[in-house]
Amino acid sequence: MKKTLSTILIVLTIALAGFAGEKVRLAGSTTVLPIAQFTAEEFMNFNPDVTLSIRGGGSGVGIASLSEGTCDIATASRSMKDSEIKNAVSRGIHPTAHVIAMDGISMVIHPSNPIRNLTKDQIRKIYTGKITNWKQIGGADRKIVVLSRDTASGTYEAFSKLALNDEKVRKDALLNASNKAIETAVETTPGAIGYIGFGYITPRIKLITVDGITCSKTTILSKEYPYSRPLFMYTNGKPKGWVKKYIDFVLSKEGQELVETAGYIGLK
Amino acid sequence: MRSKISEKAFKYGFMGMAFSSLLFLLGIIIILFSEGLPVFSTVSLTQFIGGMSWYPTSEPAEFGILPLILGTLWVTLGAMIICIPIGLGSALYLHEIAGRRQKAILKPLIELLASIPSIVYGFFGMIIVAPYLQRTFDLSTGLCAFTASLILGIMAVPTVCSLAEDALNYVPKSFREAAYAVGANRWQTLTQIILPAAGSGISTAIILGMSRVVGETMTVLMVAGGAAMIPTSIFDPVRPMTSTIAAEMGEAAMGSPHYHALFAIGLILFLITFVFNIVAEIVSRRYRLKLGLGR
Repeated sequence: MKKTLSTILIVLTIALAGFAGEKVRLAGSTTVLPIAQFTAEEFMNFNPDVTLSIRGGGSGVGIASLSEGTCDIATASRSMKDSEIKNAVSRGIHPTAHVIAMDGISMVIHPSNPIRNLTKDQIRKIYTGKITNWKQIGGADRKIVVLSRDTASGTYEAFSKLALNDEKVRKDALLNASNKAIETAVETTPGAIGYIGFGYITPRIKLITVDGITCSKTTILSKEYPYSRPLFMYTNGKPKGWVKKYIDFVLSKEGQELVETAGYIGLK
Repeated sequence: MRSKISEKAFKYGFMGMAFSSLLFLLGIIIILFSEGLPVFSTVSLTQFIGGMSWYPTSEPAEFGILPLILGTLWVTLGAMIICIPIGLGSALYLHEIAGRRQKAILKPLIELLASIPSIVYGFFGMIIVAPYLQRTFDLSTGLCAFTASLILGIMAVPTVCSLAEDALNYVPKSFREAAYAVGANRWQTLTQIILPAAGSGISTAIILGMSRVVGETMTVLMVAGGAAMIPTSIFDPVRPMTSTIAAEMGEAAMGSPHYHALFAIGLILFLITFVFNIVAEIVSRRYRLKLGLGR
């Protein structure tokens, strides 16, 4: 009897010790989600004492969560807006940005479309509704089907900032919930134009150059490609403890390899 | 003594279960109102329902849901045009013409259509139907209201067919016998006796089918195109209310005006289907009275 009791006690202590291990909470961008998942999994393999919990929800959600103190790291596919920084500071949180990877927003069209290059100005005019037919920009006489991401996504906000100078996307643009949905739609629609993350380019859709620059690893890293964007992790002040160890791991050679596995561009 | 206690326990136990759905319903309604109404501190009711632009994340944000409401109605109208003839036609065939063996095979098969998950319909629409329609009609895109209506119409067929067939079955046999007795032929009996008698039941079937179409989310999210514009043709892409909520709820920060706006859309959607269900209930009650089947 006594023996059983002590066994139970020991088991309980071990279990509790396991649960009592440190916790790091991540929340935010669905674009950064694969990076967070890959790196967190590997990180926990090396550090069994710490548990990383990851939530998606979008860049805005992550940033709001950091300001409210309900997460330790906010992942974001855009930089914080002034209003968001003010809100955080008013709550005693001092967001610090860490660039963890680069991504390029690639412009893609149907493979049968002869267009190879568009200027930034043309792309802006297409997305805001001033150009509506491919023949206006040297293509066939075909209506342009504009594909965009949902206006709530971080990718949309980044594109809107980089490509549209914050002008509104035309109302008849087809809004898609994911990179994958855009890829499928472009593949099956001869008049389509869309934008997707660099990691989602497939041979079945045609990548076009912007201002004559191809979207590639080199041009994105050198920021020569106009629609390149950094991906962020935000912490409260200088990272300490496990948060610091994790961010250091993401930025390490190994972490950056995982970034590439996730379909993004490592910083080195 | 003991049995009395256990009897009471059972009684209250089951009563609790019966009333639990009421509790859930009440909870949902309270949440819809408490999370949806705060949006009206940002926009007025007329701006919200009558507004032409849905730009929830631009600065300043615009929360006009008229394009979304019209998108829903447009798709629903198209779906009903497709599902009413097919649904009622198959109900009539099953009831009047099909033999016992045919009926035993056909009815379960039609009902099986209802058990296909909506995401499968959406997938089918996106990969097969939309590109096919786009090529056939030389559209700029196959992801449009017409494709959504077509698929939703097919999805609602089992609901309409099955309920309409039940309604036809509820018509007492004596009605038919009486008609034949005064010399009416089969067609006259059907159009002048059976259909009017089952009319309210059939209307209920149509209204419930409509409820299903209005509330359907995944399929429209995948095939309707998602453009928040006021549709002018059946081949325009639309963004129904349900797919707007589904696509944006995950990325709206809790407590933001956008978040409340999505709840308010949910509230309006709920009111629409609520009205449908009440109308269906009233109509079917009238029908029971008319046939003298009691209250």
